[in-house]
Amino acid sequence: MEIPRHWRLKKQRYGLVGEVCPHCDHKIFPPRDVCPNCGDEAKEQFAFSGKGEVYSYTTVYEAPAGFDANAPYTVAIVKLEEGPMLTAQLTDLNEQPISIGMPVEMVTRKMRNDGDERGVIVYGYKFRPRMAVA
Amino acid sequence: MTDVVIAGIGQTPVGEHWEISLRDLAVDAIRDALKDSGGLKPQALFVGNMLAPNLSNQAHLGALIADFAGLTGIEAITLEASGASGGAALRQGYLSIASGMVDVALVIGVEKFTDKIGSDVEEATATESDADFESIHGMTIGAQAALLMKRYMHENNVPENGFAGFALTAHANGVANKNAAFRKAIKAETYAKSEMVSDPLKIFDMAPHLDGAAALVLTRRELIPANGQSQPVKIAGSAASSDTLALHDRKDMLFFDTAQISAGKAMKQAGIVLNQINFFEYHDIFNIYAALQLEAVGFAIKGKGWKLAEDGSIGLSGRIPCATMGGMKARGFAGGASGVYQAVEAVIQLRGQAGANQIADATYGLIQSLGGPASTAVSHILQKLG
Repeated sequence: MEIPRHWRLKKQRYGLVGEVCPHCDHKIFPPRDVCPNCGDEAKEQFAFSGKGEVYSYTTVYEAPAGFDANAPYTVAIVKLEEGPMLTAQLTDLNEQPISIGMPVEMVTRKMRNDGDERGVIVYGYKFRPRMAVA
Repeated sequence: MTDVVIAGIGQTPVGEHWEISLRDLAVDAIRDALKDSGGLKPQALFVGNMLAPNLSNQAHLGALIADFAGLTGIEAITLEASGASGGAALRQGYLSIASGMVDVALVIGVEKFTDKIGSDVEEATATESDADFESIHGMTIGAQAALLMKRYMHENNVPENGFAGFALTAHANGVANKNAAFRKAIKAETYAKSEMVSDPLKIFDMAPHLDGAAALVLTRRELIPANGQSQPVKIAGSAASSDTLALHDRKDMLFFDTAQISAGKAMKQAGIVLNQINFFEYHDIFNIYAALQLEAVGFAIKGKGWKLAEDGSIGLSGRIPCATMGGMKARGFAGGASGVYQAVEAVIQLRGQAGANQIADATYGLIQSLGGPASTAVSHILQKLG
């Protein structure tokens, strides 16, 4: 049971909330309170658009305990439109081939079961191929 | 400053040691190293270990190993820096002797992967990445390497089997190493047909996670007893560096900054330049890491490290021989012991005892131990004394 560990990250997991540096305007995700660009304090919250593109991707067949029920799954590094990169699974792919540079967008999905059938279900961000604007 | 030397080495074979416990592996290597040193009496023990709390439900290895090695009373602690734990333990041992505070230090690297199997091992090794922002997404260490490899191949137009040379070289060199887990050379077709682990990473692009222990006795040169080691090897340079834990936080994930920084500092301390290094024991837990280390250290320009494996430059008679005793691919990846195995193997080269794998006129060896995707790098220059 790791409820507090997941609960305190709810803004990041559900809303992709990071930070913006008030000194150099650098966008930061995951939040770290110290700007990796200029080194100054950066605690101002910033909600990312959730739009980005695939920087790299791969498929996991041999999954860690807690993820093996979902294997195989696709893990990617996504470059967000605002600059930073993050790690996330790709989802809703159907038969669509993935490629580096493919536009993707954030969705909320079940990430794993924490422990047995009574364990908390962890939800959070994954990315799917970006839907065309009608 | 007086020379800090490696005055004794010991190692166990790397493999699936179902019948041998973590502590017994460590004690075997320690006894070998102390015997090789001519009976030096250690005052401090530095243990390099990566995952014993997860794999064997065992923490506090300093006291445990000192106890079972018959060394109770001495200072004994564990150093953990993921896969670089062995390199980190060696550096602490070096610092303790160089400072003058310790006369004889014992460095032991030990790992016992086979106490767990399958998804439990994946879960344990995944703890080396960012728990909140990487491993919670199902990231594994193999997936990290695959992500790097995919992007590297994309940016540098590497053909499908472009990394085969790393595996072929390592397995060829493992044949004559009696402590290597795999002692059979492989063919290019074997690599090409091997199982896909995480596209584009094949089974022959990664090292097997196995059990093993390796040990070193460190002292100052003048303290070697008359009946002691006649061929001490000098630690001429020692440096460590850290980078972002998460891959996605790197400014350029295809350049291993820590490998460059630590190797550069170690070379500067040793007073040597790149072309004086006779061989390089890189951290080839994944072939892509080996390529990125060759680039970061300066043996190849960015994006061309893989070519050194393809054109034979890393072979025993090549421009910069690598993984000379089989590396992690063929000897096996024994976690926190890996950095100590590198040192043991480099000492064997510098003593001229490497048999069929001997590098001619070896004077300087560079060994580099990585934690994760070079989130930590520890580099040492070992030197044959004239």
